[in-house]
Amino acid sequence: MEQKTKINAVDGKQELVITREFDLPLELLFKAYVEPDIVEQWMGTKVLKLENKRHGSWQFETTDPKGNKHGFNGVIHEFIPNRKITRTFEMENTPFGVQLEFLEFEQLTEDRSRLNMHVVYRSVAVRDQVLQLPFAQGINMAHNRIQDIVSKLK
Amino acid sequence: MNLRRDVFQAIADPTRRAILLLVASQSMTAGAIASNFDTARPTVSKHLQILTECELLKQEQNGREVYYHINAKKMKEVADFIEPFRKMWEDRFNKLETIMKKYKGK
Repeated sequence: MEQKTKINAVDGKQELVITREFDLPLELLFKAYVEPDIVEQWMGTKVLKLENKRHGSWQFETTDPKGNKHGFNGVIHEFIPNRKITRTFEMENTPFGVQLEFLEFEQLTEDRSRLNMHVVYRSVAVRDQVLQLPFAQGINMAHNRIQDIVSKLK
Repeated sequence: MNLRRDVFQAIADPTRRAILLLVASQSMTAGAIASNFDTARPTVSKHLQILTECELLKQEQNGREVYYHINAKKMKEVADFIEPFRKMWEDRFNKLETIMKKYKGK
């Protein structure tokens, strides 16, 4: 199956680009980024605040399977409907600091659109750490499974 | 004996993959690693040697003990560290697409 979401992370650079084409008209794709109840559904997060305007701010909160809450926040620098959102993104209580995100929305045909998400991190090291987070979480889960299996063998 | 081992050959073995998973969460001595497996200790040592030769693992002397830790840089080349990150976004975007297709139908 073709991979719809592409990640371009050049080695040694402090940025990455995520691209995705959607079977959706541009307006619907953009709506999914601005309507709080829709954002909540696909991001799997609670939206505490989402001010879709220049100098607005946003605040999300997710709850992990263990019941721990994780906060995310940032400010919106640029908001051009159906075209562009420039914003900062920060995971609270982590050493990663703030990242800068340029989201560009583009119409391909009447029912197809593309999102281009350009993310800039403070350093190459931070980018690589953030990139490896889902990998590390996967490893930890696999590790727990191995431990479970091993402890049952003993 | 071929010293320049192929990393793909190294990670093709299930025991060696299990070793990498173990060591990924924390540095461990050969003894601690071996205690997680039913395999004979010399067999585990052999696996560790192979993983070290192809630079997926690094050795670090700490007092009298040698600790093995993962060489993230090398792992990145082979295991594609980025894939779970990409998958995370793919899942989110698939959800977005499904939700908005229904929204369109409304």
